[in-house]
Amino acid sequence: MRIWNKISVGLCAAVIALSSTVLQADTPKSGGTLIMSLGATPRHLNPAVQSGITTGAPGAQLFATLLRFDDKWNPHPYLAKSWQVSDDSLTVTFNLVEGATFHDGTPITSKDVAFSIKTIKANHPFKTMFAAVNAVETPDANTAVFKLSKPHPALLLALSSQLGSIIPEHIYGDGQDPKKHPRNSENLVGSGPFKLVEFVRDQHVIMERNENFFIEGRPYLDKIVWRIIKDPSARSLGRENGEILMSAFESTPQDILHSKGVEHLTVTDQGYAAIGPINWVAFNTKREPTSDVRVRQAIAYAIDRNFLVDALTQGTARPAYTGIHPDSIFNESDVARYDLDIDKANAILDEAGYPRDSDGIRFPLTIDYGWPSAKPWAEYTKPQLKKIGIDVTVRTSAGFPAWAKTVSNWEFDMTVDVVFNWGDPVIGVHRTYLCDNAKKGVIWSNTQQYCNPEVDAILVKAGQENDQQKRIAFYSEAQKIIAQDVPIYFTNTVPYHTIYNHTKVGNPPATIWGTCSPLDEVYLKD
Amino acid sequence: MQFLTITLKRAGFGLVLLSAVLVLCFLLMHLAPGDVADTIAQDAGGLDSEAMAQIRKDYGLDLPLWQQMLKYFSNVALLDLGYSFYYNQPVTTLILEKLPATLLLVISAQVVSIFLGVLLGVIAARRPNGVTSHVVTVLSLVGYAAPVFWTGIMLIILFASIFPIFPIGNMVDISVEREGFAYMLDVLHHLVLPMLTLGSIFLALYSRLARASMLDVLGSDYVRTAQAKGLSEFQVVFKHALRNALLPVVTTAGLVFSGIVSGAVLVETVFSWPGLGTLAVQSIVARDTPTILGILFFSSLVVVVANLLTDMVYRVIDPRIQTSEGSQV
Repeated sequence: MRIWNKISVGLCAAVIALSSTVLQADTPKSGGTLIMSLGATPRHLNPAVQSGITTGAPGAQLFATLLRFDDKWNPHPYLAKSWQVSDDSLTVTFNLVEGATFHDGTPITSKDVAFSIKTIKANHPFKTMFAAVNAVETPDANTAVFKLSKPHPALLLALSSQLGSIIPEHIYGDGQDPKKHPRNSENLVGSGPFKLVEFVRDQHVIMERNENFFIEGRPYLDKIVWRIIKDPSARSLGRENGEILMSAFESTPQDILHSKGVEHLTVTDQGYAAIGPINWVAFNTKREPTSDVRVRQAIAYAIDRNFLVDALTQGTARPAYTGIHPDSIFNESDVARYDLDIDKANAILDEAGYPRDSDGIRFPLTIDYGWPSAKPWAEYTKPQLKKIGIDVTVRTSAGFPAWAKTVSNWEFDMTVDVVFNWGDPVIGVHRTYLCDNAKKGVIWSNTQQYCNPEVDAILVKAGQENDQQKRIAFYSEAQKIIAQDVPIYFTNTVPYHTIYNHTKVGNPPATIWGTCSPLDEVYLKD
Repeated sequence: MQFLTITLKRAGFGLVLLSAVLVLCFLLMHLAPGDVADTIAQDAGGLDSEAMAQIRKDYGLDLPLWQQMLKYFSNVALLDLGYSFYYNQPVTTLILEKLPATLLLVISAQVVSIFLGVLLGVIAARRPNGVTSHVVTVLSLVGYAAPVFWTGIMLIILFASIFPIFPIGNMVDISVEREGFAYMLDVLHHLVLPMLTLGSIFLALYSRLARASMLDVLGSDYVRTAQAKGLSEFQVVFKHALRNALLPVVTTAGLVFSGIVSGAVLVETVFSWPGLGTLAVQSIVARDTPTILGILFFSSLVVVVANLLTDMVYRVIDPRIQTSEGSQV
């Protein structure tokens, strides 16, 4: 049996304690109420059956997972004190922390782990997370053995943050549809560092310290109050006047820049490596003329990524050259970048046989966008592509659902889009490129209908490779080929920022999952 | 007898109107491409085709439009507004949960703006060409013309940021637990800014109205008689003139009040005020058809009932209306 990682609880605690003392000169202290903001109302608070960041951030406080990740993509023990991967990579054994209990005092056993994985597999939208898990065996109360149909390295990330929540079988196993279970929003019994006190839609989520949390002395905070405030300017003012101590997922450039100028606030874009939000312009690769790779390359040369970053996001975002977030270990930055070159773009189109007519137009194209903040990206392409003789019509839609319908039914030439990586590339990246994932009617599938068997083969291999260095090499190769084929022109990262009051908040979350990881180490300064 | 017939007839018209509103809204909602399954996919960061199909099946969105419509209307006929797709709660519960907050906001804004508006209107009418009159005119025009979300954000910047005496939003301060009187004070504290913002539009309306009708009344003979009798200025203006001048203000107030939802949408959004307006916006964005239709049904019901009541009250107060209307029947 090859041992991947076998660290005792004590050692792990030491590592975590060490990392926090390095970052913070102060020693953490217990007590206090942390007031945070949420920009939308969660549908409910059970991340096992509801994906997305709005449920994920509070959900990761209420429900614990088997593993947790640090800021360098390393897994650490959480509910599992250690784990082993078999030599054939088809069996992964987790040893649970002893004495851990749910919020109602019931012990957390391997049966609950098996139940949780079964529930997630049946109800969570990210089917690739546990599709390879054939069964979870429970030889004893503290051992969960995952039996896999193929090697599945993404399993570890899928068992962290909001993806692999451990939920109580005695509550959710009562036969009701877990997606509509009343106890997803009230009388919630979780396994995490905080217990739900109250969830009032459009107003707040209040949670208090779990006295019997399985990590001794944690969490430090007595209470977390999440205020639901939809207006970004109101949140910004709230941080400024001290009503809100920490906000995450802030992406309005004006508010980010404004907060940077406020003395008591720290603004950081750390903590979004795993969520990995990328903004891009996608092409319909099955419709004339964007089915011609030369047309796509010419358009890529004509769009100035730096302008989008510097002017539209006012420097708050970073340029993205591939579909994997620059903070991910799987990102390859050395790919074809298509830096602005109008002459080259014109030359490509001339050579490809798209002559200009008397008005200087080669052909018309449409570009769609689905939400207000994406509008500048779409508008920008109009004058810019005019320079290479493409007459662009910008198409507005009546909100997200209308846009999703158009794009997922492949009735578009180009569209502005934002897609998340969701931790492991198997979960959030493969779906955009695999040939068999071009599913009509499904948004954020392979709506470009891009199909390159070579890329498919590499992605499949990368998804089953347990050696991290080899995986990185596979993804590097895939990103290079995709950049050559340009089914998508990647523009920038979504400028998500965490903004917190550094005079009050100690140990702000710095892991790859940011505020969607357990906030048990966060404390309030005097 | 005639009174009863007319009342019944009016109520019948009201019902027809309500159904027409619902049919129209139902069809409008389904004209736009996409549905709540797309919104749920958006929240989830992507769904696969089976999950999308399951959602559409669960909520009956895979049925032909006429069947969906038939099902919905037969439920509404039994006073069941259905089940929210997005919130997973009965629509009636959702609306009743949000109603008190909206009522508190709208009623308080109305009361304050009627009081202030009439006062300003009277002051302005006393000297129609004086400085005060012009100041009131300019203020009310600005109040009426400025978009409420702008007024709201300006008030937030001024009174929550520069002079932090009021909170930026929400209805209660949840970091501290309060009960009884302290809780009421806290709600009042949160109410001030949204109330002033919403009141600013009404204030403009009422002060203009009060000024105009006051000018009208002040020029009439009985006021001159009252002045000639040697009554004090205060008695003439407030006891004799104002009573008559108030009638149009009261009528308008009744009509304005029937539009509670529409008026509060923007203010509620700016101040995160947890009322019907916030719910309406959220459900429109989410394409949560049952909730939107429920809110529209509810607000049209309020309008229809308010108009019906006004009608009835008029008939009781002023017999002339009844006769003239009656002769047409």
